Amino acid sequence: MQSAFETVSHNLLTQRQLGVDALQQAMQKLYSGAIDFADIYLQSSVNESWVLEDGIVKDGSFHIESGLGVRAIHGEKTGFAYADDISPQALQQAAAAARGIAAAGAHGRLNAWHQPRATSRYEAVNPLHSLNEAAKIDLLREVDAYARSLDNRVVEVIASISGSYDEILVAATDGVLAADIRPLVRLNCTVLVEHNGKRERGSAGGGARVGYDYFLADLRWQEYAKEAVRQALVNLEARPAPAGTMPVVLGSGWPGVLLHEAVGHGLEGDFNRKGASAYAGKIGQLVASEHCTIVDDGTINDRRGSLTVDDEGTPAGYNVLIEKGRLVGYMQDKLNARLMGVAATGNGRRESYAQLPMPRMTNTYMLAGEHDPADIIKSVKKGIYAPHFAGGQVDITSGKFVFSASEAYLIEDGKITAPIKGATLIGNGPEAMCQVSMVGHDLQLDAGVGVCGKDGQSVPVGVGQPTLKLDALTVGGTD
Amino acid sequence: MTPDMQQLRQEMHDVEQAVADALAYAKQLGGSAVECAISRSRGINVGTRLGEVETVEFNQDGALGITLYRGQQKGSSSTTDLTPSAIRAAVEKANDIARFTSPDPFAGLAPEAAMASQIPDLDLCHPADQSAEFALQQALACERHALSLDPRIVNSDGAGYSSHVGYRVYGNSHGFLAGYLQSRHSLSCSLIAKSGEAMQRDYSYTVARHRDQLWSPEQVARDAVEATVARLDSRKIATAKVPVIFRADVANSLFGHLVGAISGGNLYRKSSFLLDHLGQQVLPSWLTISEQPHLPGALASSPFDQEGVATVDRDIISNGVLQNYLMTSYSARKLGLQPTGHAGGIHTWQVGHNAQSLQAMCRDMGTGLLVTELMGQGVNLLTGDYSRGAAGFWVENGEIQFPVEEITIAGNLKDMFANIVAIGNDVDLRHGVRTGSVWIESMRLAGV
Repeated sequence: MQSAFETVSHNLLTQRQLGVDALQQAMQKLYSGAIDFADIYLQSSVNESWVLEDGIVKDGSFHIESGLGVRAIHGEKTGFAYADDISPQALQQAAAAARGIAAAGAHGRLNAWHQPRATSRYEAVNPLHSLNEAAKIDLLREVDAYARSLDNRVVEVIASISGSYDEILVAATDGVLAADIRPLVRLNCTVLVEHNGKRERGSAGGGARVGYDYFLADLRWQEYAKEAVRQALVNLEARPAPAGTMPVVLGSGWPGVLLHEAVGHGLEGDFNRKGASAYAGKIGQLVASEHCTIVDDGTINDRRGSLTVDDEGTPAGYNVLIEKGRLVGYMQDKLNARLMGVAATGNGRRESYAQLPMPRMTNTYMLAGEHDPADIIKSVKKGIYAPHFAGGQVDITSGKFVFSASEAYLIEDGKITAPIKGATLIGNGPEAMCQVSMVGHDLQLDAGVGVCGKDGQSVPVGVGQPTLKLDALTVGGTD
Repeated sequence: MTPDMQQLRQEMHDVEQAVADALAYAKQLGGSAVECAISRSRGINVGTRLGEVETVEFNQDGALGITLYRGQQKGSSSTTDLTPSAIRAAVEKANDIARFTSPDPFAGLAPEAAMASQIPDLDLCHPADQSAEFALQQALACERHALSLDPRIVNSDGAGYSSHVGYRVYGNSHGFLAGYLQSRHSLSCSLIAKSGEAMQRDYSYTVARHRDQLWSPEQVARDAVEATVARLDSRKIATAKVPVIFRADVANSLFGHLVGAISGGNLYRKSSFLLDHLGQQVLPSWLTISEQPHLPGALASSPFDQEGVATVDRDIISNGVLQNYLMTSYSARKLGLQPTGHAGGIHTWQVGHNAQSLQAMCRDMGTGLLVTELMGQGVNLLTGDYSRGAAGFWVENGEIQFPVEEITIAGNLKDMFANIVAIGNDVDLRHGVRTGSVWIESMRLAGV
């Protein structure tokens, strides 16, 4: 069997009249000025999606994208150019444009190529071929029929599957020559329920770096449909949420979006190098309660946020960010690692060849604590329990973050009582994390649906956490 | 380094031929109807930080999208590779997909009669110098000025300048084939201020199709400094029901939710709180919102929509009454209505006003919250439930007292729309929705 590197270099180099020698020549040219670092990134990806609505698969779409990006760095300056074809001419042109950033001066020495030693975190499958077209459509029909069969209040189902197959190759002046093949699939089910003239919606799904057969195994697709219907029905009964500051218990799994917003972005190397983050200069300090140990882990097999190597060829890592409340590390790409005098952590990611890499999260989660989740609920006299969220946002400078509950309940005298409408929760990252007073033993990762946006670039990520309690957080209800 | 209009026109002409070829190939493969769009743009995007060059990016983007129908079966594909062989492969892929999708009685192109019959020149393209030297000069001047204005500005998140030109070509098997050139230039500056341990960040920007219409670097700098410094020493305030003014630069988001709620896709899915509201009062009777797609040089102007449907002036809201839903041809067929030229979104909305300056509105409000930032996605268009993070200023005796942060504001959009007390004349021209500040009678503020 061919290695991923052999496959990718055949598809992205040999087949395009390029070879490692052409990369070397372009690199030499890039290096003919005062340049600290340069890299060439080649990418070819295909993705498809199929959507069912009104009981029929109405639309299918297919997208193909390939190109190359060349980056040259001098100090803190980056020159960048890209082309939407992979050819010797495109490479020459992009390299010439990118090196415009270089000051006049002595040129550096190129290191010999080496492939980083990285453990594969997923198989080099092409999800688009993992089921035939008829089977993809059948799967969506089954999701539709099953969701409708669960409750007669279900009036509409929108089900979709999408898959992508992404080949990347990166060559850098530090000698790194790396390739990766990244599969990714996702299945989503949204239902609309109606009862006594009231309508609500529920949505669930999952995915991973595998083929579509993942959804058939253990009847995962049924779980998503069940979950979507359950959430929609809960929301039919929801009453207005309370407003004000109160104890909040977050469920395990996807509510880990809290960590992504309140902590994760603030610990990305670029913001800290620039002193723009509320966490800047705080290595070694307490920035969360002692119950909190938070990691960014790109090494979990097949996870949506995992990477064999990042987009700079650095193997993904298991990076402890906060250990028992103490800030121990940031997430780094090569540029920021070099400027901060630390090692790259495998967090250099880019949406595509047409964008610059920057420090990004992979799978970010909190390690399990010792409490029984039931005891955590019992400890709250009056507050809310939120097991599902829609998404969030953060201002990394002031530390303010929000995330919006899509399913929540009142806790009254230690018991979960009435469901309440979705509400936005707001807090300040470091302050909120110091409010974490109980952490459950039920660590769970999300189902594989996370998308993170930064500077207009989207990348797939994962989140996770055990059930946890924050003693005080502001809940944006109307009641 | 200024792109030449004549050359752009010639390129666009070549791309029109590529679209025509794709359409012809699709018909040859057995497509009963087909549509195809190609857009391309090129330009520069630079960033500076603390007086130094940070990034110089040369952009060139292109994409083709094709939708092919075999009877009522539909397939779509897209590619960023615009070589003839890649375009043929995309057409073939769309054709393959259309063999597998189910017949949908509502599928198809927009009706031939709805196609734009004339393509007015809307003055959308004004190329400007795309050299790194000029771009860096603009960004550096802006940031340098900003850093000189106030000692509380201790850091910068950088200034940026970008300049792009491009074109969009659309054709379909009705024989429609047209394109238009467009440009976009922008300058932005993001700053960090510090007071004690607490840092605050804010920014300002200017964007226009014509470079001469951009604010000066000094004006962007002043605006960014004022915004950032004003946030220092923000406080949390107590939970209460209060009047709220959304400043013009965030008020457009309220009408963005109106766009969502009256868009065909949410209506035929019965996922809007404004379902069955056509002809009903949804905003105060003094308020009219008119759409003007052909406003010369405007950012949101276009001669036709993404299906080739002619865009026309129309009232969306007249004296508070909802006059039009926003229809693509698909949602129009689903709902038994006509397409309105809204495939791809709205064109310039002019929101009426009944008040004077923001200052005057604060005076009239007396006590309440002035919102200048919104965070998060807590809006449910199905129910109208609204709950978002906010920051801004506390107003008392008609004057701004102090900045506030880490609060949420909540309500229901239907009530919020019905209870708009006033809209100011401080219209923000940077958005497709041109509105002044919006004062809403009462919302639930959650804080300490």
